Amino acid sequence: METIQTDVAIIGAGGAGLRAAIALAEEAPNLKIALISKVYPMRSHTCAAEGGAAGVIKSDDSFEQHFHDTVGGGDWLSDQDAVEYFIHEAPKELTQLEHWGCPWNREADGSVAVRPFGGMKIKRTWFAADKSGFHILHTLFQTSLQFPQIIRYDEYFATDLIVDEGCCRGVTAIEMRSGQMRHFSAKAVIIAGGGAGRMFRFNTNGAIKTGDGMAMAYRAGAALKDMEFVQYHPTGLPNTGTLLTEACRGEGGVLLNKDNYRFLQDYGMGPETPLGKPVLKTMELGPRDRVSQSMWHEFQKGRGVKTPWGDCVWLDMRHLGEKKINERLPFVRDISISYLGIDPVKEMVPIRPVVHYMMGGIHTDTKAATSIPGLFAAGECACVSINGANRLGSNSLVEILVFGRRAGLSAAAYATGAKPGNTAALAAKADEAQARVRELFMRSNGTESVAGLRKEMTDTMEEGAGIYRTQEGMARTSDKISELRRRYRNVVLTDKTNVYNTDLFNTLELGNLLDCAEAVAVSGRERKESRGAHQRLDFTARDDVNYLKHSMAYYNGLEPPRIDYLDVVITKSQPGVRDYSGAKK
Amino acid sequence: MMDVQLAERQAELEVLRYNPEIAGEPKFERYSVPCKTEWCVLDALNYLKDNVDPTLTYRWSCHMQVCGSCGMMINGEPKLACKAMLRDYPGVIRIEPLAHFPVERDLVAVADDFIAKLKRVKPYLIPSDKRSLEEGEYRQTPAQLKRYRQFAMCINCMLCYAACPEYGLHPKFIGPAAISLAHRYNRDSRDGGRDERQEELATNEGVWECTFVGACSEVCPKHVDPAAALQQVKVASTVDWYLEHFMSWVKK
Repeated sequence: METIQTDVAIIGAGGAGLRAAIALAEEAPNLKIALISKVYPMRSHTCAAEGGAAGVIKSDDSFEQHFHDTVGGGDWLSDQDAVEYFIHEAPKELTQLEHWGCPWNREADGSVAVRPFGGMKIKRTWFAADKSGFHILHTLFQTSLQFPQIIRYDEYFATDLIVDEGCCRGVTAIEMRSGQMRHFSAKAVIIAGGGAGRMFRFNTNGAIKTGDGMAMAYRAGAALKDMEFVQYHPTGLPNTGTLLTEACRGEGGVLLNKDNYRFLQDYGMGPETPLGKPVLKTMELGPRDRVSQSMWHEFQKGRGVKTPWGDCVWLDMRHLGEKKINERLPFVRDISISYLGIDPVKEMVPIRPVVHYMMGGIHTDTKAATSIPGLFAAGECACVSINGANRLGSNSLVEILVFGRRAGLSAAAYATGAKPGNTAALAAKADEAQARVRELFMRSNGTESVAGLRKEMTDTMEEGAGIYRTQEGMARTSDKISELRRRYRNVVLTDKTNVYNTDLFNTLELGNLLDCAEAVAVSGRERKESRGAHQRLDFTARDDVNYLKHSMAYYNGLEPPRIDYLDVVITKSQPGVRDYSGAKK
Repeated sequence: MMDVQLAERQAELEVLRYNPEIAGEPKFERYSVPCKTEWCVLDALNYLKDNVDPTLTYRWSCHMQVCGSCGMMINGEPKLACKAMLRDYPGVIRIEPLAHFPVERDLVAVADDFIAKLKRVKPYLIPSDKRSLEEGEYRQTPAQLKRYRQFAMCINCMLCYAACPEYGLHPKFIGPAAISLAHRYNRDSRDGGRDERQEELATNEGVWECTFVGACSEVCPKHVDPAAALQQVKVASTVDWYLEHFMSWVKK
């Protein structure tokens, strides 16, 4: 097997991976960087983020306020030291992107414009129309082209971390066009592999979001933290699950039930605000967990809008007018027309909650370091944790920048001081990784198909790990995933050729998703309280006595993960009441 | 209640299949796929992959017209498979890899040439006046933003290369998307890198290869209008040439 020597290997070339690469290149220009991704960087799912990125910049805003919005929004499960670092770095990172050319929307005087977002008390979301993630990703990708030391390995599918004597020293990856495995021998590795929303059937995530990075770190011994916290975005198109940004509501769109009633006022987010005049942190600008949960209750009460794709509510943007929709939400308009045949300028759009984001991920400290020396992680695949039990919209696009950069700096420092590993031992580990893939090709008596197992996985996740959960449902889902992981050993490849073998990659992706899904189900089964995005019908209250803690899932072979707990870092905000009623403010 | 009836339809697909490891020329394979009428072509391909033939090979990810992965020829035209709605294709749907690129396998085109060209045109901000973070953002009015925003919408899907007859004839042509992106930075009020980019653009492999057929703009799924970018670069290059040769005392 060919060995590629590098100083730092980065797995994933979306927002976090690219930001890490640029930070490394600027910080330590002599280091060689291998940027490894199963897709070309601009295909990464950062491109699908629409609404914007939060950072304190305006004179009416304060770090204090961004801190409290984030910690309260996360139902006090966020680590407050991480949040403190995050909010202070956020405006610097967003300004840095501006200096690199990001086409942020502007005020008349040429300064950067901000828009309202859910759960934020002050307008602080920087945006580029409704294609903010797209512009961030392309700005980063294009900026990265200036640095010759960033060597890209586009369309390389990473399979395993190489860990020897307790330290991470590289990764194996399959060059997709040839099917050949390569051993990247590195002094440090950064995982920036994104989320795992594809474990659910109805999701906003691209096909590539299969938890590869999370699963690789998990199998290597790093903990997956707070995996039970899965964010449902309130406004997905009912048939395709395509995201309609929260900015639809930020700009003044409202949610109505079948009786054309703005139902959020019945769920502690009232009183009703005037049409077209959204009020921050209330009604349609409540946080995503609360808004999605309210929709679930409306459906239970029979007040949903019946559609061929199930219960929905209406998203009404008609009063915004064609000019504003074209200027601020052009992509939303395109997509609604394309997939639903509905023009939001003229008609209400049916929408329903859809799996969007994993708050949980690879456990890291505030320096983006995992528990394995030499291994760092950032972005959706990581859990640092700023998002706690519920992420606020527009915090994640900043998270990839702040902690992507942090991971780059940490890896630069680590790699500079690292001693070389034992070449023979590393090569042996790489051979083991290759043998596991070869075994898939050799297997001839398999009985299971990727598509079949995938369907069973997404069905049981929808059933047991949705917006509201019960002990019985989560236990059933945990057991089912456990069964699927065993049956996965009998998957048979139909395609046994080498060039761009998507049958093989889909098989590896399914294995990764199953590992992550089990961590979600078991962590959720064990958390007997309701907090943020983890809502239990049998334990309806938040329980700070027993569960003001992070869940830590440890890989345990074919057995379900071992669950441990870690204290939340609280510096200045004690757990309190999440108040999104407009009345008291 | 939403008044919609979901209909089903048996779609006839002809997909070009090619695997370099298996002997033989590329050939069309015919499939009859049970589809919902609201589907796009990508949904039909995904159905095939999951239910009929797991070896069918194509790129896709976002299914929302922004990642640029699923460009392919659909009935002879370059399209994003996630944007090509079945309702617009009543007859047999013929699917091939993007024209003008080598084929890696089935519907997967080799993207190396485009990626290399993108890098060549320096599609990043070369600031005219470098600022520190402490100095805050550059001021840029909405009107200044509007001057380049359209050209910043390129998703690098390569449909314009598949549509461009010049690129088909002369593969050295830098091509519509890369030139549009260079132009995007040239028009940015924060940028001072135009001279550096002109070295690549104002050449025979650059804008002068373009014969203004305009097919690039017709197929662009994001209305970038690369043809306009190319013509604007030509005009600017011509002005440069005159300034240099006849009015060398005038500063550009």
